[in-house]
Amino acid sequence: MNLTLRVWRQAGPDAPGRFETYEATDISADSSFLEMLDLVNERLIEQGEEPIEFMHDCREGICGTCGIMINGQAHGPQSSTATCQLHMRSFQDGDELVLEPWRTSGFPIIKDLVVDRSAFDRIIEAGGYISVDTGSAPDANLIPVPKDDADLAMDAAACIGCGACVAACPNGAAQLFTAAKVSHLGLLPQGQPERYERVVDMVEVMEEHFGSCTNMGECEAACPKGISIDFIAMMNRDYLKAKFRNRRTA
Amino acid sequence: MATKVSHGDDAATGSRRTPFLVELYRSALGKKYLMAITGVIFLGYVLAHMVGNLKLYQGPEAFNTYAAYLREMLYPIAPESTILNLMRTVLVIALIVHVVAAVQLTTMNRRARPESYRSKRDYIAADFAARTMRWTGVIVFLFVAYHLADLTWGWVNPAEAGASVYDKVVASFSVPAVAAFYLVANVALGFHLYHGVWSLFQSLGLNNRRFNHWRRILAVAFTVVVVGGNLSFPIAVQVGLIS
Repeated sequence: MNLTLRVWRQAGPDAPGRFETYEATDISADSSFLEMLDLVNERLIEQGEEPIEFMHDCREGICGTCGIMINGQAHGPQSSTATCQLHMRSFQDGDELVLEPWRTSGFPIIKDLVVDRSAFDRIIEAGGYISVDTGSAPDANLIPVPKDDADLAMDAAACIGCGACVAACPNGAAQLFTAAKVSHLGLLPQGQPERYERVVDMVEVMEEHFGSCTNMGECEAACPKGISIDFIAMMNRDYLKAKFRNRRTA
Repeated sequence: MATKVSHGDDAATGSRRTPFLVELYRSALGKKYLMAITGVIFLGYVLAHMVGNLKLYQGPEAFNTYAAYLREMLYPIAPESTILNLMRTVLVIALIVHVVAAVQLTTMNRRARPESYRSKRDYIAADFAARTMRWTGVIVFLFVAYHLADLTWGWVNPAEAGASVYDKVVASFSVPAVAAFYLVANVALGFHLYHGVWSLFQSLGLNNRRFNHWRRILAVAFTVVVVGGNLSFPIAVQVGLIS
């Protein structure tokens, strides 16, 4: 396959960026999207040019490191697929691909297609955990969990924190990420003690960094793990309950 | 364990606490709750408004009697126009909350994406109605201002002074430009309702997988009924069905 890439090149966080055009020639349809970029980069290095910086790690679709806006879609055209799991057979010979980094003030650009997603870490720090006592390990399965709750919590826990939801959201909102984390813990018995503190604290930090949800559903469509916006409604409900509870106990 | 608990009120130490709704309004998520609740108030209003106006088809007497009844509601228990003014007060407060929250959230969203994507966005789920809420909202707002100036205050109404409510409506809708504005505004209202009715369930956290598919059906049905009824009035006047 031969493709034309228009790639966002930006030397540093404050440097002005622009699109550069590259020809990706002799690309196997069976290669992954990132392998294609590796090939393009090797050729750039041979020519003495600066390679394209992009985010990647496990390349198995489970670490949440990769993420590129491909032709106006977060993670590209294939649904429920992270950029690393996208293959070149999803494209046609002769296609022009436009590659951009995630764009939101919550994810400042570091270089080229690489963004700083530590705002997600701030949200997790605010409450995306459970507090446990140290000591000897408790027996496994000591706390019974209803099967339906476990399944639903697992659906939320599938979130890999890649940031595609924010990238795809026309408002730059991080509702789907935060809702997935809030619900994942809030659905399980181990998450109950901090349930209402968690949702209020995580939402507060989320709103410091990101936009506000208008229920367009673009995040769900972009999510490589297919996480449902049902979790956003769940978080909204928990948030109101928490506001009532926190008042009662204040 | 987190010691910082967001009780939200700095006044916790004082004797007076921040009212719950004010506290809720401080967060973007709370603003969405209040937008959804005020939205529900408007839904009730636009439905009642459309149903009431169907009396146009029953002729001048029925319509004028209905208009007079709106002022006489609960009279003589309450003085004349009390209920009407109460409803107006609720609507005005709801409108202020709905619009101010929308403006503040839009500002927040612009800040969250100061630089838009350079390439063309390929939307998958976000439909036209969802992406144009701000614009359809502005169109409906401007229309409501004109509509009040036309039929409530009578400033721009083409009928002679002292004309009945029925005659004022017919006189107004007989002007093609007014009828066209009415049609455009109601189509905008339709898009606003189509997304708003569905969206309010999400904002209010009303989500149950067994009933979720009904939310879209309800949104479509509500929009078709209200907008369909509203659109029929200027068309009926223009084609001479009502005169």
